[in-house]
Amino acid sequence: MSGHDHDDHHHHDHDHSELSETQLRVRALETVLTEKGYVDPAALDLLIEIYEKKVGPRNGALVVARAWADPAYRARLLKDATPAIAEVGYAGRQGEHIVALENTPKRHNMVVCTLCSCYPWPVLGLPPVWYKSAPYRSRAVADPRGVLSDFGVTLPKDTEIRIWDSTAEIRYLVLPMRPAGTDGWSEEKLADLVTRDSMIGTGLPKSPKDIAK
Amino acid sequence: MNGAQDLGGTHGHGPVKPEPNEPVFHAEWEKRAFALTLAMGMPGGWNIDMGRFARENRPPAEYLSMSYYQIWFAALEHMIKERGLVSEDEIDAGHSLHTPKPVKRILSPGDVAKTLHRGGPTERDTNTAAIFKPGDKVRAKNINPLTHTRLPRYVRGHVGTIERVVGCHVFPDSNATGAGEDPQWLYTVRFDGRELWGANGDATVKVSVDAWEPYLESA
Repeated sequence: MSGHDHDDHHHHDHDHSELSETQLRVRALETVLTEKGYVDPAALDLLIEIYEKKVGPRNGALVVARAWADPAYRARLLKDATPAIAEVGYAGRQGEHIVALENTPKRHNMVVCTLCSCYPWPVLGLPPVWYKSAPYRSRAVADPRGVLSDFGVTLPKDTEIRIWDSTAEIRYLVLPMRPAGTDGWSEEKLADLVTRDSMIGTGLPKSPKDIAK
Repeated sequence: MNGAQDLGGTHGHGPVKPEPNEPVFHAEWEKRAFALTLAMGMPGGWNIDMGRFARENRPPAEYLSMSYYQIWFAALEHMIKERGLVSEDEIDAGHSLHTPKPVKRILSPGDVAKTLHRGGPTERDTNTAAIFKPGDKVRAKNINPLTHTRLPRYVRGHVGTIERVVGCHVFPDSNATGAGEDPQWLYTVRFDGRELWGANGDATVKVSVDAWEPYLESA
């Protein structure tokens, strides 16, 4: 055990010095690019603000909630998701061509990008680290039940698991099943049940009990 | 290229470790590297496929040991140096030392929202007809280009079924090299888990990739 601890410690030191070096280089490059007039730091600040504060999984949750609450909207979303999502107000970069995937009792959908990190930004924001990591990208296509167990999710043995590898510019949004006991709920309240992972397919929506806690 | 980015089905990477309440960025420099990459797309003049190739085109050991935004930043440095926009001595000095090369446009704060909203749609008009239709059996070709491709190794040589004709889209293999968009029909192709992973694979699993027509042949 002590050998392992030592290795971990060593590894952290190594990471730390590399990160500092990267930090300095990023700062240096931003200065050079600004001095040359290639970037406007105010535009950089705005880009960061948008993806930190405005564009995130709450967008997707509102889309899912509307699909749960409104059968006509659900039909439009499943038929052609890009304009249906634009109706709710979300569109653009890394969501130019979106397809919604309907989970059913027989079929569970899960989305990955084995080659890089393709992810539907307008509805989910920027991807979490695990989505971009080697463990997820390697195993999602070969051992999805193993991946789901890493997320604490177990599906019935006979459920079809459908994996969508985002190898082109098509972006996928999972439409999870509406939890029981939510009849008559408003879209706002339904959206509170929709987790980011449930829209990637590595999780399930919360139950009414979960949010009552 | 058969690089480390092509991870599907590789072993030994360990469990997936979700981070509870994960922040969007984990360090200030990640924010700047992200924003610089987005903003430099305009004056830099590269396309998304060139960007992806710049990220994956490095020794596998290096790719796998770098963090995500370290890879983004390394690719950004590579692309701006390649285009002669910035040189190494300037990054070392932390200041511009040479006359800036003229660029067509830069991203102004006023353009940020509309640029993001416009995005970069890749569907193109065509007067060709799609060769395959839903239900057709196709084999993913065994191709091994040294340049950028979006056909992952784990499907090459395997037979799947056309699930959907997506449309005619910019072809990354061409676009990444600067040879033009060369739009091609794009299909969602579904494979059975056991076709990909053998008799011990999970029979309840089906995997699809989005594959351009040049990647496919009738089976």
